[in-house]
Amino acid sequence: MQSFQNTLQKAKLRLLQLHYEVQSGHIGGNFSCIDALMTLHHCVMGADDRFVLSKGHSAGALYVTLWSLDLLSDDDLQTFTQDNSLLPGHPSGSGIPGLLFATGSLGHGPSLAAGLALAARHKGSEHRVFCLCSDGEWQEGSCWEALTFAIHQRLENLTILIDQNGLQGFGRTVDVISCGDITPRITAFGADVCKVNGHDPKAIVEAISAPSKGTLRIIVLDTVKACSLHFENQLESHYLPLSEVDYMKARKRLEQGDGK
Amino acid sequence: MRKPFADVVLSLCDHNDWFFLTGDLGFMALEEVQSAFGDRFINAGVAEQNMVGVAAGLARESQKVIVYSIAPFCYARPFEQIRNDLCMAKLPVCLVGNGGGYAYGHMGPTHHALEDCAAMNALGVRVLVPAFDDDIQSMLTDLDAPTYLRLGYDARPSGENVSPYAPWREVLPGCNGAIAALGPLAGLAWQAMQGQPEASRPSVWAVCEFSDAAIPARFLDQIKEYPLYVLEEHVAQGGLGMNLAHSLISRGITPTHFIHRPALGYPSGRYGSQAFHRTQCGLDVSSIRTMVTSI
Repeated sequence: MQSFQNTLQKAKLRLLQLHYEVQSGHIGGNFSCIDALMTLHHCVMGADDRFVLSKGHSAGALYVTLWSLDLLSDDDLQTFTQDNSLLPGHPSGSGIPGLLFATGSLGHGPSLAAGLALAARHKGSEHRVFCLCSDGEWQEGSCWEALTFAIHQRLENLTILIDQNGLQGFGRTVDVISCGDITPRITAFGADVCKVNGHDPKAIVEAISAPSKGTLRIIVLDTVKACSLHFENQLESHYLPLSEVDYMKARKRLEQGDGK
Repeated sequence: MRKPFADVVLSLCDHNDWFFLTGDLGFMALEEVQSAFGDRFINAGVAEQNMVGVAAGLARESQKVIVYSIAPFCYARPFEQIRNDLCMAKLPVCLVGNGGGYAYGHMGPTHHALEDCAAMNALGVRVLVPAFDDDIQSMLTDLDAPTYLRLGYDARPSGENVSPYAPWREVLPGCNGAIAALGPLAGLAWQAMQGQPEASRPSVWAVCEFSDAAIPARFLDQIKEYPLYVLEEHVAQGGLGMNLAHSLISRGITPTHFIHRPALGYPSGRYGSQAFHRTQCGLDVSSIRTMVTSI
């Protein structure tokens, strides 16, 4: 696990640099899910498993995760959000192995993942399907359509992770739709739900590895937006790019391991 | 065309890589399909956005998928899923919209689909509008990209046979220009012109696809310096008439007249059967005949 922690820290530093160099926003949502993305790809998923990034605005974290697996190069990352690139700010779904769909408009991933899981079951394949959503994303009705479908179909080869950082584009989820914790609502639909610390790799692995209850699993990741950075849990981290001062301060904090 | 459509789908049921998804529609039409497809027939419920997303997921795993609903619910509600999930990945999913145009007449305007072909064309979806029951077989067996199949009613004159499927077919010869009719309206135009002298009537063409490349040279020859009539149960914007006009201008071909009869929406503010709405738009047999004789 120490080796993974080192890899994780390198990935976070690379993610910070990635967003700073191209002055890209969405740094907060990327840092709330980088722990889960790295854990999923390094400690859970096999080569044949499928992944759908429903919260496409965290593309940077996914690209860096693929970089940490040597599936993307430093040269590739240099093209992030630039002209003539395969790495736009939200995934295009083409040209990069493992990126199956164009995501970025919220509320698509759960249905796409359900279709992948249904196909896997039909073909008798053992591979699993994982999907990462944001919490604000569940304001989209299509997520609930997908949830009822996946429960009815008993898609136990599907795991949906929800990055519950409590902040969305223009406010806190609790202020926007009176929902600070989505867990009870999803539980009421009949899914197999658990909530874990979304910045604790061990807890994430344990939650995913728990025995199946015969239906899809939802893992609510209790997270902090812009986790580990000095401006964590602030609305500004949703859109605003990093200034040089902020970048240096955040980098120093990450290097010193002050983050969670 | 529901029954012939179901018959064609039944012929595909032995192919283990075909799925059939319905948005809770198909009562008294798809029961045999449901039985034949087994667990590859899925009633996805009243949730069209999810249905199209699931179809994309299945297709991404090399399955071929038919998504069925009535036309307006098939293309309009899940528009973004069609755009992002199907078209951006170019997945082989056939969206089947039953009852295009005013076909669900008495059900009211929410159940009509008047701009479906334009919307799907704009996304790069291959749009297929069968004119006759026999056309469906050819259309469904060649599924390799996002496709929209708009089903209507075969209105050919009683007892008539049609030639094998082609995107453009001349179903009735004539010597005075040509009528290009989208899908089932070809049957009505055929009825309208059938008793007219061949020397003075226009030919009637059944148009089932929008591809510019599919326009036959014979059709183009027929409208050079002769009238062109375009009939479609679809709004003018992005419909057959506008597409055809663009094609003709690009080729430098000028008919003497360009008479376009599209769907006009609800010009009287009143609602009724498909026949009522067609008449309001001049798309009934009598109006088509008058349109031609008035030139």
